[in-house]
Amino acid sequence: MSTPQQPLPASLSGATLTAGYYDLNEHDHPEGGSTLLGFWIYLMSDCLIFAMLFAAFGVLGGNFAAGPGPKDLFDLPLVALNTAMLLFSSMTYGFAMLAMQRGTKGPVIGWLIATALFGAAFLSIELYEFSHLIAEGATPQRSAFLSAFFTLVGTHGLHVTFGLVWLAVLLVQIGQRGLCDANRRRILCLSMFWHFLDVIWIGVFTFVYLMGMVR
Amino acid sequence: MTSSDQTWSFLMGRLSLDALPLHEPIILATFAMVALGGLTLVAALTWFRLWTYLWKEWFTSVDHKKIGVMYMVLGLVMFLRGFADAIMMRIQQAIAFNGSEGYLTAHHYDQVFTAHGVIMIFFVAMPFVTGLMNFVVPLQIGARDVSFPFLNNFSFWMTTAGAVLVMASLFIGEFAATGWLAYPPLSGLAYSPGVGVDYYIWALQIAGVGTTLSGINLIATIVKMRAPGMSLMKMPIFTWTSLCTNVLIVASFPVLTAVLVLLSLDRYVGTNFFTNDLGGSPMMYVNLIWIWGHPEVYILVLPIFGVFSEVTATFCGKRLFGYSSMVYATVVITILSYVVWLHHFFTMGSGASVNSFFGITTMVISIPTGAKLFNWMFTMYRARIRYDLPMMWTVAFMLTFVIGGMTGVLLAVPPADFVLHNSLFLIAHFHNVIIGGVVFGVFAAINYWWPKAFGFKLEPFWGKVSFWLWVPGFWLAFSPLYVMGLMGVTRRMRVFDDPSLQIWFVIAAIGAFMIAGGIAAMLVQYGVSIMRRDQNRDETGDPWNARTLEWATSSPPPAYNFAFTPIAHDLDAWADMKRLGVVRPLDGFRPIHMPRNTGAGVILSGISLIFGFAMIWHIWWLAIVGFAGLLITAIAHTFNYDRAYHIPAETVAATEAQRTRQLAAHQGASA
Amino acid sequence: MSQKPARFALLASMHRFRPRLAVVRTGLVGSAAALLGGCKLEVLNPSGDVAWQQAHMVEIATALMLLIIVPVMALTVWFAWKYRAGNTEARYEPEWSHSTQLELVIWSAPLLIIIALGAVTWVGTHLQDPYRALARIDKDKPLDARIAPLDIEVVALDWKWLFIYPGQKVATVNELVLPVDRQVRFHITSATVMNSFYVPAMAGQIYAMPGMETTLHAVLNKQGDYTGFSANYSGAGFSHMRFATHGVSAAAFESWAAGLRDSKGAALTREAYLQLEKPSEKEPVRRFASVAPDLFDAVVNLCVRPGKMCASEMMALDARGGTGSAGRFNMAALTYDKNGREQVASAVPGGMTAADRLFVKAWCAPTKPLRAASAEVASPANSAPLRGAAIAWPGSVTKPAGPLLSLARTTRAPRS
Repeated sequence: MSTPQQPLPASLSGATLTAGYYDLNEHDHPEGGSTLLGFWIYLMSDCLIFAMLFAAFGVLGGNFAAGPGPKDLFDLPLVALNTAMLLFSSMTYGFAMLAMQRGTKGPVIGWLIATALFGAAFLSIELYEFSHLIAEGATPQRSAFLSAFFTLVGTHGLHVTFGLVWLAVLLVQIGQRGLCDANRRRILCLSMFWHFLDVIWIGVFTFVYLMGMVR
Repeated sequence: MTSSDQTWSFLMGRLSLDALPLHEPIILATFAMVALGGLTLVAALTWFRLWTYLWKEWFTSVDHKKIGVMYMVLGLVMFLRGFADAIMMRIQQAIAFNGSEGYLTAHHYDQVFTAHGVIMIFFVAMPFVTGLMNFVVPLQIGARDVSFPFLNNFSFWMTTAGAVLVMASLFIGEFAATGWLAYPPLSGLAYSPGVGVDYYIWALQIAGVGTTLSGINLIATIVKMRAPGMSLMKMPIFTWTSLCTNVLIVASFPVLTAVLVLLSLDRYVGTNFFTNDLGGSPMMYVNLIWIWGHPEVYILVLPIFGVFSEVTATFCGKRLFGYSSMVYATVVITILSYVVWLHHFFTMGSGASVNSFFGITTMVISIPTGAKLFNWMFTMYRARIRYDLPMMWTVAFMLTFVIGGMTGVLLAVPPADFVLHNSLFLIAHFHNVIIGGVVFGVFAAINYWWPKAFGFKLEPFWGKVSFWLWVPGFWLAFSPLYVMGLMGVTRRMRVFDDPSLQIWFVIAAIGAFMIAGGIAAMLVQYGVSIMRRDQNRDETGDPWNARTLEWATSSPPPAYNFAFTPIAHDLDAWADMKRLGVVRPLDGFRPIHMPRNTGAGVILSGISLIFGFAMIWHIWWLAIVGFAGLLITAIAHTFNYDRAYHIPAETVAATEAQRTRQLAAHQGASA
Repeated sequence: MSQKPARFALLASMHRFRPRLAVVRTGLVGSAAALLGGCKLEVLNPSGDVAWQQAHMVEIATALMLLIIVPVMALTVWFAWKYRAGNTEARYEPEWSHSTQLELVIWSAPLLIIIALGAVTWVGTHLQDPYRALARIDKDKPLDARIAPLDIEVVALDWKWLFIYPGQKVATVNELVLPVDRQVRFHITSATVMNSFYVPAMAGQIYAMPGMETTLHAVLNKQGDYTGFSANYSGAGFSHMRFATHGVSAAAFESWAAGLRDSKGAALTREAYLQLEKPSEKEPVRRFASVAPDLFDAVVNLCVRPGKMCASEMMALDARGGTGSAGRFNMAALTYDKNGREQVASAVPGGMTAADRLFVKAWCAPTKPLRAASAEVASPANSAPLRGAAIAWPGSVTKPAGPLLSLARTTRAPRS
């Protein structure tokens, strides 16, 4: 590193030298060239937030404060159904991506609507579960375990909600402008976001629900 | 409760006239001064019809250079506030002896030390380093802007919104009285029911969004937008340290966000994460906040190490010694900074093996840091050192920082920490590294890059006055704290009953006033330099005979930075070009694709500010409106597909021709 | 320059260190004392053996680091002066930027220092673990194994200190009386927020935390009056959270305790404690002739208030999976306010605001806390010069003195 690398012959001069040191035939940098990388880094930072919530659940997950524990509260078949909804939504998103590769606008919109419906079903089931728990007295205030449970699962749910809002906006934009470059980029970003939430949910399902039952 | 009370509390939440500090003369006087100053400023801006200019050219600008300058201005303004807090503490501790309660009540004093810490870290040091990275990195890598110019503007305004919230807490309500990291249970609702901790939470959360986004932005910029030929191991050291810093930001600020979310849930919803009872664990907060907090220290100091590397190489007129070992040292520090957090609480009762582990990992960090110091030292070996201000600050840093490093390693020895933890020795230590490292480095950087930013050099005379007040002032202010730490004096004390301590606090206060003089001299330096700018013009764009690409363009650089993207063949790309006598291209200009300015960042942050304020004061309707407003504005912004424009080739040609004339005139004048 | 500390580390025996470092110690303290005109650096010149050993660590570490800091500073100044631009006679090599030998030195010199310091740290941290029973009374006097340590229970309150002497069955506020040359085992907790229990003359600090118990072993070697305080900011009254510490002879201590016990003074019942717990500042010294049984354990388990379930019982239930649906409504609420602290209100799950602090109601009437399990690290059987558990001498196999890795010892798990 300390010696000059790729030295140009000292005899070179004038225009040749200039051409060697300046990009004279530069074209416009395509807009959004860093978007996917940037969005990926954002997802990793979001992943860290979830990591902290998982850690909090790991530390506090056994502190029931002489109250109800996972075995008293969780309804695994319901959660399994919920998981299926989210996994299906990821699959339909995958079909939307394939349609985008083919450049057909109609199927993209169709598959994205299917994704939104599965996502909404997931959210509805989650909200039903939460309201049921709260009605039974298992509120987030009851114990540190419940605080950590509601926060971890709720944060994931909040992300899905934002994903749905984004999806709705994107559907309007695809309707308006079709599959232009900017929209393709956005579909790709939302796809990463959506699959990321799927991966997080696998963690929640395993770590919170399944391991909670055998705890 | 009467119905008018109910209406009031619906409309205004917890906010009432009692929240105004009408009974606290000190705050009232401060408010009067700030209000007067603010009104004068507003009047002046209106009189000189500068509002449109500011809005169009600065506030809505997506130009990384202007955003960088705005970050520096924010840091400077908040620095004055944070320093005012410091002076207040020094005076209180110098007089509160022999039964005197001093002049600050506990309620006020406890807010002052909390605000001092929060402001200096989040709203002074962070804006300074972010501003430097923003301004310098794209120029140094030969780029025309950052990867996400709009996000950059938005990040800046989010940081500003956080700063505005902290400032608002001075006059409306109160700030946290918990210490700068707000340990629960003290910061929980049971022990801090007021709005202070809520101000703390929302100020940091809003500013934190900006910091995280700016971190993502700069990583993408450095990874994706380097000039052709600039491989990773040909990146200037400042860019390397910036890359590592931004990796640290992205990998640690989410932790802060998460832990503050949990704390706010405890305070707003009544959950039990950090409560004493019902299974909560305050110790978890302490762990989590330091998992962010320790990397944060390196977020501040790594870019500054980069500054010193650039300055040393330039003013020594020499290649930096041991470039690759410098890079490896930076990377090693980045990684190690995640495995040392427990050294902030050896006294919490962990086992001896755990304590030793974290103590030793902490010491290990001193190895790469030491290597860096040696590298700067051997860059000075067989050099021709020009002692302009940046180099003066660098030598002052090297001599000051080693002492801070030494006391830091000392505190990493758990048995030593048991007697020095939370003492004034600790205070002296971290001011030793933060002032001696970060602050001195920022001053070096300001003096170094000022001509690049504004096209004229800073006056050295007042800079030297500032230097000679700052450096001895620093030692006068903090040596007594080292001594008192060894006498067993603890931090955050408001009154003292041992009269023999007073002399030390008086000496420290004198030091603080010397520093105040240093700050004043610095402001005079800026003022005088601006007035005499025509005498100190930098016509060449390279006033220090420097080595990296930012000096290859004019001072100040045009909006597009480089008419043609430079190609790097060597580590010190610009020095290489100068050595070979590369002539910049004089024709064949093309239109340049640039991002368009937008007001969305200002608007979104303004709404965030309102939302935060509403949450702090429990004005629920306003919070809902604010949140909805945020969502709608953000969505509306995504419907704007037209975000870029072309600078016409003729404009580029005219700008470059002007520079050619300027260079020719300069050569004529000096010949 | 780095050979010597490396050898020090390899020989990392505190015993072998002492003769050489005594010189350093006298040198350091001597010059500091001259500089400071005789001001009292209590941390470096303490009156208790634990603090003395810790001060010793401060000095060893400082000396080791000065080995490298001094040359670095000297070289910096020398280079800065010699290679100034004005000195055109000095050599100038603008392209010189690499030297493998130099790189080797600049990485290995700090590395060797840190290896030495790391070894000292590992050994010292284990030997001076506050949970570890003392091995000696002071540097010349081994511990008499027949004398049990004096137990003192310390409670940090807003904003005063409560000391309970369970053996003597007395208690004091803001006054700590200790017999000199006797090992004291402090059991430390807080009733409110985090504090730190610190008597610089005696031993290093350790946090006092609510719902948790921390331990400190210490000894005071000189009679006299000292000051102790909270070293962790705990709110408005923090500055005044100081207590007098008196080191007295063993006989004087016994007679002081007996006198207090027979004085027919106030009794520290649970009711009296709940009164005492309320926030107050500049509390004068108070003494109690008797103490309610299990009071400290009830404080640690957050169940002094009648009707509140103890944390130990709660944790035992949690370990069995909670109490199922029966536990959902077994709640009452405390409303906290800044000055009066707590009032009991009825609790309706779901109907509380964040300002309500819930607690779990006890199942049966008397709330008797379980004693927190002790996480003590045993004292080594052999009180001969210690080398620490980590580094064994070649050829000699010494058994580690206690569990080497124990993460969370601020435990409140029941002993049963």
